[in-house]
Amino acid sequence: MTDTPLLSIRDLHIEGRAGEAWLPIIKGVDLTLHRGEVLGLIGESGAGKSTLGLAAMGYARDGCRISGGEIVFDGIDLRSASERRKRSLRGRRIAYVAQSAAASFNPAHKLIDQYAEAPLFHEVMTRAQAQSDAVKLYDKMRLPNPAEIGFRYPHQVSGGQLQRAMTAMAMACRPDLIIFDEPTTALDVTTQIEVLAAIRDIVRQFDTAAIYITHDLAVVAQMADRIKILLRGEQVEEADTRTMLAAPRAAYTKSLWAVRSFARALQPPATDAPIVSVRGVTAAYGKTPVLHNVSFDIHAGRTVAVVGESGSGKSTTARVITGLLPPTAGEVLLDGKALPPDYRARSRAQLRQCQMIYQMADTALNPKLPLREIIGRPAEMYLGLKGRALRERVRALLDMIELEPDAYIDRLPGELSGGQKQRIGIARALAADPQVVICDEVTSALDQIVQEGILRLLDKLQGELGLAYMFITHDLATVRAIADDVVVMQHGAIVEQGAKAQVFAPPHAPYTELLLSSVPEMHPDWLSNLLAARQSQT
Amino acid sequence: MHAVLKMIAQRLALGALTLFVVSIVIFGATELLPGDLASAILGQSATPETLAALRAQLGLNDPAPVRYWAWLTGALQGDFGVSLATRRPIADMIEQRLGNTLFLALYAAALAVPLALVLGILAALWRNTIFDRVANAGALSAISFPEFFVAYILVLWLAQSGYFPSMVRISPASSLADKLYMSFLPALTLTLVVTAHMMRMTRAAIINLMASPYIEMARLKGASPLRIVLRHALPNALAPIINVIALNLAYLITGVVVVEVVFVYPGLGQLMVDSVAKRDIAVVQAIALIFASAYVLLNLTADVLSTLTNPRLMKRG
Repeated sequence: MTDTPLLSIRDLHIEGRAGEAWLPIIKGVDLTLHRGEVLGLIGESGAGKSTLGLAAMGYARDGCRISGGEIVFDGIDLRSASERRKRSLRGRRIAYVAQSAAASFNPAHKLIDQYAEAPLFHEVMTRAQAQSDAVKLYDKMRLPNPAEIGFRYPHQVSGGQLQRAMTAMAMACRPDLIIFDEPTTALDVTTQIEVLAAIRDIVRQFDTAAIYITHDLAVVAQMADRIKILLRGEQVEEADTRTMLAAPRAAYTKSLWAVRSFARALQPPATDAPIVSVRGVTAAYGKTPVLHNVSFDIHAGRTVAVVGESGSGKSTTARVITGLLPPTAGEVLLDGKALPPDYRARSRAQLRQCQMIYQMADTALNPKLPLREIIGRPAEMYLGLKGRALRERVRALLDMIELEPDAYIDRLPGELSGGQKQRIGIARALAADPQVVICDEVTSALDQIVQEGILRLLDKLQGELGLAYMFITHDLATVRAIADDVVVMQHGAIVEQGAKAQVFAPPHAPYTELLLSSVPEMHPDWLSNLLAARQSQT
Repeated sequence: MHAVLKMIAQRLALGALTLFVVSIVIFGATELLPGDLASAILGQSATPETLAALRAQLGLNDPAPVRYWAWLTGALQGDFGVSLATRRPIADMIEQRLGNTLFLALYAAALAVPLALVLGILAALWRNTIFDRVANAGALSAISFPEFFVAYILVLWLAQSGYFPSMVRISPASSLADKLYMSFLPALTLTLVVTAHMMRMTRAAIINLMASPYIEMARLKGASPLRIVLRHALPNALAPIINVIALNLAYLITGVVVVEVVFVYPGLGQLMVDSVAKRDIAVVQAIALIFASAYVLLNLTADVLSTLTNPRLMKRG
């Protein structure tokens, strides 16, 4: 009986509605999963990973339909099964863990009620049983205060804790199969480790089979027994984890593996006066202090990477520099002269010098405006360009960001890919001809291949225009690639700063050490070794 | 709970302030009318002497702020003065009428609110089906006709055939069953008029949430469609629904003049219309103030209930 797979998908086709037509999303994928086995599913966004994962539950999102192939779960044909039959499997024998736990928990109910819901209506437990079981699983997932955390509402619990609570919830009926859909993508590296370790333990303990969807190769290397790679709805290759890491066969897989090849040439130490100098800045939101005595410099032609987990004050520092949040103490100097704390008191020339690029290019661009206006607006406002000169400027900017002007100038943001949108964000910042550009997590929402393109572009522009970058990120791989100087922040204060080589070389401040060691490596034993090492220290 | 009590206190203070401003507007508006109370009472045949005597008697020679203060303090104690037309205390005239109006509003609300919620939930559950389309089209037609037209159609169908009376004759002595029977047609008319708005908001608020990740999560747990709508979507959709219900209840109290006139229902709206016709300014002022209070109180209730249904506002941190 051990030979019968738990889940068997043959020649699966899924289509998505685009207006009147149906376009293929999954084009003939096979998948076999045995009991207790963990399969890693890798691909960039739009490759069809989530769609395939949901299809394993016999589920297609609104606007999608399963158009061909077969899906058999433990002898049950999910394509021909009735809705009622499929409902009786979902949550009980196949469970799902979503990418954003914060959005996937219902804000109106307590965690433990949401935990108990599936066991109750599938009639596998009584409420009392489910509640005591929840506390046990919360404990196994290493949630703080497991006896009480369930009685909180989702907004009272942090993102990393919610993700663990969601994994516990998926375990409630002790399913045979769990689909993990990028469960740690939204988390900081330090939080990610805890969630990864907890997920791996619990899956092993209950011998649950799992499909682990991610775009992070290093993460999947820790979690999966086998890895399958998807590209635009088609399978590229599949092998067990160690083989795949050691000897990828397909060209696409090799390009995924090689993506971190980019590294900026080492710059000599800065000798000139800094363009921007942050001096002893302390700031608060209302009465809550968020920044404590933060000081650092940004030099022309150099990149300062500001790293730290979410809530460490990285973006708040950017808000102080741009004048959106006047500090309670300290000052920001531009070219040696103090800037007014509030942006409303700054001159247009001062505002022009410092531009922002945002994390979510999707929401940072007005969807109703063509690129001509999105990029032209700051050029017109700050530089006073009009008519022909303005058109030339917009075209030159599009050239700079490597988008063909004739093909793109009249497009709307909705007609661009994620990476192209971020390029437009860059062009808009450059349109004002600034000296300083603040990049706030500009690559976090992008796939690794696209990320690398954006980093290369930023580096090229810096060389051509002599720009100073303040690069906010929680991704240390990005820091290694592009930074000249590094500022490490925690709880609103700087814990370490200096040239990249100096910060990345031991000895580290304890928090820097924690951050550095938490970055997943492409080695299947990395997580086990790290956990063992941390265990032995305590 | 402390935060909620504080919020209620704040909103009550704000509501009192709103009413104060409204009372100034009401008083000021009647001041702007040509002529004064004395000439309105005595009519065109009055001699200057009798006018002066009446003005002195009514205190009309005092400056406006003094008269406003006297009117406001009286109103706060339930003394709205004396009707110009009947010379009876206005409070006595209004008391019974207000009771009738509230009775009709509650009657209509008791029919309309459950009907609207059930129809809205079912329409969301079976969206884009025949049921959804028929319910939407029916509700839209009902709201599109003028109230008096709906009222006359009902009279034509249900009163002329003798099932229900077309004239409402109720007194404080009538039994509850009698009152319900007598005022069925006006209540039904109002139900038809207000249901559409509430039903469509219920449907839209629920459907708006159906694309949320937590709804997908509920589906992937194997929850049934009815359970998804009732347990996962509805609690998060309550705030907009409650607000629309409050607006419609306010309408049921203050906006039913036409329906009261058609069915000769002895409510506040009719009294207001009569008083305007008779230039009985004191009564109009009193009723306007009561209507404003109804609006303020219902909106306050809606705000508090919306907050109570949202754990993110109830339990911070």
